[in-house]
Amino acid sequence: MSFLEITSLSARVGPVPILRDVSLNVAAGEVRALVGESGAGKSMIGKAILGTLPGAIHITGGEIRLDGQDLLALRPAERRRVIGQTAALIPQDPLTALNPVRRIGPQITRRLVDILGWSKRDAEARALELLAEVHIPDPKRVMQSYPHELSGGMRQRVLIASAFAAEPKLIIADEPTTALDVTVQKQILRLIKEMQQRHNTALLFVTHDLGVVAKICQKLTVLFGGMVLEEASVEAFFAAPQHAYSRALLAATPKYTDPDQSLTPVPQSILDDLQAQLDFAERTTT
Amino acid sequence: MADARSAIKRPIGPRLWLSGGWLTLLVLGAVFAPLLAPKDPLMQDLFLGRMPPFWLPGAEPGYLLGTDSLGRDVLSRLLYGARVALFVGLIAGVLTCLLGTTLGLIAGYYRGWPDLLISRFIDIWMAFPPVLFSILLIAVMGTGLTSIIIAIVVIDWTRFARVIRAEAMTQGAMDYVASAQVTGHKRIGIMLLEILPNVLPTMVVLLTLEMGIAVIVEAILSFVNLSISTDDPTWGSMISEGRVSIHQAWWVLVFPLVCLFFTVLSFSQLGEGLKDYFDPVLR
Repeated sequence: MSFLEITSLSARVGPVPILRDVSLNVAAGEVRALVGESGAGKSMIGKAILGTLPGAIHITGGEIRLDGQDLLALRPAERRRVIGQTAALIPQDPLTALNPVRRIGPQITRRLVDILGWSKRDAEARALELLAEVHIPDPKRVMQSYPHELSGGMRQRVLIASAFAAEPKLIIADEPTTALDVTVQKQILRLIKEMQQRHNTALLFVTHDLGVVAKICQKLTVLFGGMVLEEASVEAFFAAPQHAYSRALLAATPKYTDPDQSLTPVPQSILDDLQAQLDFAERTTT
Repeated sequence: MADARSAIKRPIGPRLWLSGGWLTLLVLGAVFAPLLAPKDPLMQDLFLGRMPPFWLPGAEPGYLLGTDSLGRDVLSRLLYGARVALFVGLIAGVLTCLLGTTLGLIAGYYRGWPDLLISRFIDIWMAFPPVLFSILLIAVMGTGLTSIIIAIVVIDWTRFARVIRAEAMTQGAMDYVASAQVTGHKRIGIMLLEILPNVLPTMVVLLTLEMGIAVIVEAILSFVNLSISTDDPTWGSMISEGRVSIHQAWWVLVFPLVCLFFTVLSFSQLGEGLKDYFDPVLR
C-alpha cells in the first residue's frame, strides 16, 4: 500500500472543473513529480492534500488517503492534526512564507513545541541541528534573525529545515525553486534531494520544469487541465514519452547544447485534441 | 548582511519630533492643569470681560491670553479643556480600536459566514449619517463624558473594521499562514499569533487618526452644547462662545481653534511617523 493514495479526486470552482478524476500514488520514500503547464491543477493537488484549498474550490468526489487514513472523511480539527503530524510543505515563495514580524527560531520550533509537545530547549537544539544540516553557516545568528535579514536562498533553506523538523513522512514541495535565481536553484534542488534521502521522506514535487524532474525524481505524473495524462518512471518517460502531449512538452524544453535553436511550442493540434477530450469528459459526467 | 541593515540608523524625522512634541506639551499641560493654570477656569469677573492677550494694548497683567466675555481666563480654560479633549481622544480611540479590530480580524481571517454577517452589518451601520446619529445617541443617553465616548465608539468602529478586515485578508493569503495551517495549528491561534502582529502597524496608524477624530467629535458636540455641562471648559464650548463675540474679542475663538487644529494634525502626523518608524521591511 502506498503512503499517499489519491483515488479519482475531483474538484470544482462553481461549475468549472479544476481536478478531473485524478488518481495518484506516492510510496514511502519515493520522489514523484507532478508536471504540467500553468493551470493544469498541479498545485491544487498539493493544496487539496494539505487542506489549504482556497475557499471557492470544492472537492466534489474522490478519496485522499494519507498513511491509510481517509482525510476527506475526517473532521477539520482531526484532519489538521493528522496532516500536522505526517506531512509538511516547502512553499513556492520563500519571501511570503515566513512571518515577517517573528524571529526565525520560534517559527521553526513552534510546530515541535505546540503540536508535538516537545520542550522548548529540545526544540531549539533540534532547530540548530536542522539549520546546520541545510548548510546555513551561522545557525545561532539565523535563529535570532528576522526573515527580512536573510536572502531568498537562505529563507528557502530555513523553510526546508522547518519542513523536515518534525520528521514528516511526506513533503509536498510546491515549485520550491521558481522564485529563486538560477544559481541558487541548483543548490536548493541538491539540498532537497540530499535531505529527502537522509530522512527517507516521500516527496511530491510540483514543477513545470522537466530538467528539474530529471535531476531529482523517480516517478512522474503529467497533468493537463486537471486530468492525468501520463504516469511513468523518469527513465521510461525521458526515453519514450507515451502521450503526444508529453512528447511535445519534452521537445519544447530549451537545450543548452543548442542555444540558437528557436523554442518549439506545443503544437496547436495536440492542444485542440486535449480540449476536445476534456469537453467530452465534461459532457459525459454532468 | 544583517549587520549592514541594522547599521542603518533611522532618524526620528521632524514629523515625529513636531507632532510628538506638541502632544507631549499638551499632555503635560492637561495633567498639571491645576498647578499650571494661573486662574480658576470657572471664576468670572465681569469687570475684566474681553481683556486682550498680553501683547496687545489694554491687556490685564496675569491674564496671558486674555479673557472671555464673562471675564474667565482663556489660558486656564484651554489647559482644563485639554484634559477633556485628551481623555476623550484616548479612551474613545482605544475602545473604538479594540471593537473594530476584533470584528475586522474575524471577518478578514475567517471569511465565510462571519465575514458575510460582519460586512453586511458594517454596510448598514455606515448608511446612518454619523453626526445626526451621534446627536441622537446623546439625546437618548443624556449628556456627559461617558455618553460622548460611547457615541464615538458606536459610530466609528466601522472605520477600523473595514481597514483591518482588508489587511487581514491580504495577510491571510500569504504562504506563512498556509504553512501555519499545515503544521496543524488552531485557527484562532493563527489569527492572534500570525495575523495580528502583522496588522499592528496599520492599527497604530488608525488609532492615532481615531484619537484626532475623537477630539474633533468631542469639540463638535460641545459646540452644539451636547457635551458635558456648559460650565466645564471644553475647546468646543469655548469656540462656540467665542463665535458670538468674534468682532470684539477674536482671541476667545482663535486660541481654542488653534489648539484643536494642532492637536488633530499632530495625531495624524504621529501615526504616519510611527508607521514609517516601525515598518518591518524598512527596519
